[in-house]
Amino acid sequence: MDYSEKVMDHFANPRNCKKMENPDGVGTVGNPTCGDLMTIYIKVDGDVISDISFQTFGCGAAIATSSMITEIAIGKTLDEALKISRNDVAEELDGLPPIKMHCSNLAADGLQAAIENYYETHQS
Amino acid sequence: MYLDNSATTKVSDEVLEEMLPYLKDEFGNPSTLYSIGRESKKALEEARQRVANAINAKKDEIFFTSGGSESDNLAIKGIAFKLQKKGKHIITSDIEHPAVKETLHFLESLDFKVTYLPVYENGIIKIEDLKEAITPETILITIMHGNNEIGTLQPIEEIGKIAHENGIVFHTDAVQTFGKVEIDVEKQNIDLLSVSSHKINGPKGVGAIYIKKGIRLIPLIHGGGQEKGIRSGTENVAGIVGFGKAAELACSQLDEHAQKLSKITNELTEKVLDTIPESYLNGDRIQRLPNVVNFRFTAIEGESLILLLDSKGYQASTGSACSSNTLEASPVLTALGLDPVNVHGSLRISLAPESDEFDVDEFVNILSEAVKRLREMSPLWNQELDYDGVMCKKHDDCRRC
Ligand SMILES: Cc1ncc(COP(=O)(O)O)c(C=O)c1O
Ligand code: FES
Repeated sequence: MDYSEKVMDHFANPRNCKKMENPDGVGTVGNPTCGDLMTIYIKVDGDVISDISFQTFGCGAAIATSSMITEIAIGKTLDEALKISRNDVAEELDGLPPIKMHCSNLAADGLQAAIENYYETHQS
Repeated sequence: MYLDNSATTKVSDEVLEEMLPYLKDEFGNPSTLYSIGRESKKALEEARQRVANAINAKKDEIFFTSGGSESDNLAIKGIAFKLQKKGKHIITSDIEHPAVKETLHFLESLDFKVTYLPVYENGIIKIEDLKEAITPETILITIMHGNNEIGTLQPIEEIGKIAHENGIVFHTDAVQTFGKVEIDVEKQNIDLLSVSSHKINGPKGVGAIYIKKGIRLIPLIHGGGQEKGIRSGTENVAGIVGFGKAAELACSQLDEHAQKLSKITNELTEKVLDTIPESYLNGDRIQRLPNVVNFRFTAIEGESLILLLDSKGYQASTGSACSSNTLEASPVLTALGLDPVNVHGSLRISLAPESDEFDVDEFVNILSEAVKRLREMSPLWNQELDYDGVMCKKHDDCRRC
């Protein structure tokens, strides 16, 4: 597989890869039967993502895109974070092989799911 | 360290040595009459004899091709087109190489009927299933000898016997077993057999088909009538010479290599299953190629494991080289009846005679670390995650959905 150096770096040294205790929002997307499953955890301070982490079962690209999206999203407001697109993730990684683009979908979906979960559980 | 010899192997020095003259001064066309052509012809016939010796065939039953895929195509289409008036039913197994499977899919588009025999948990067909599948319309049984992903061996001698009792032609894809497991076309009741050079330290792009005397088939390539009209086209002389040498070398040391490699793969299997929690061997533990093992590990995905091992200097694969570009779960592992969640974490280790220095302990340590690391990242490991309700949103450009 033709991965960029950045993808390989995020795969080999994933950022923010751990299960979060007491997160404010959790989103899980993917499907283990088709080979990838991603969980994104967020902590929210006001309307800003103050902490974020992930756990991923999947290929090198799936791990790298989850790692990358945590770096992009941290410090952003929820509204800003909801606008992160799969292309943003792929671009930050210097591109992904076409066959692996769905992994960046997954990362963007995972973050959205975590934010939705935050809204659902924190409605006042 | 290279651990992917089922995908392909390195050309050995002795093989290269024998090939070189035919890439340089001995460039004659074997079909010509003058001396330089005769030299090439002689080399071709010597290679043919060496391949024949390796499987207890006669020299005039061996025809050179461009490799395993062509031999499989030739055997299957060649018999199907030749015998279609007699019947249009073919029997095969669920775990054939794409060169067989896709050829059969093509024939299905031409109204041939194909029965795919299940292989069960250990990856082996059941003889009763085969007997039941036979109809008066059946013209061909094509079942591989050794599987390229899990290394499982099929009972080809018995399959051949049943084929012959029913007047059916028997073809076997022996690409993975040739030079590694004893093959005797007489004793094993084989009518057609495919082999390839690049799996046994020979050059790529050359192989052969064994066609038992008396079996007729329609060629794929028509033309100048080389290989007795079975395969036209000026022969790949240097490649064929290299193949002949590789076949001779592999078969002269077959027992010795098989013993040595079984010992390593058995030790590897024991250590992996002992040290790594929730690790399993795919395929049969006994009826298998001496040089191949395939493991699976719960809660991790194969590609990321391959990348981690590569970063530690070990080149292995998840299964077949062909499927790494499709993202599909391995059809072979799926055919074993595994839970779909568990077919993604597979690892195939395939050795060659030169894999002597493979240090099992060191490798198992590294593997065990890599599996542990990926599991720590995985939301499926040690968590009561209910993923039943979790599905992908379907995306247009996803090639999996
Ligand atoms: C079982 C089997 N059959 C056929 C082939 C195709 O052989 P070739 O690469 O020589 O076309 C291979 C290997 O790629 C194989 O493992
Ligand atoms: S299989 Fe995951 S997006 Fe299609």
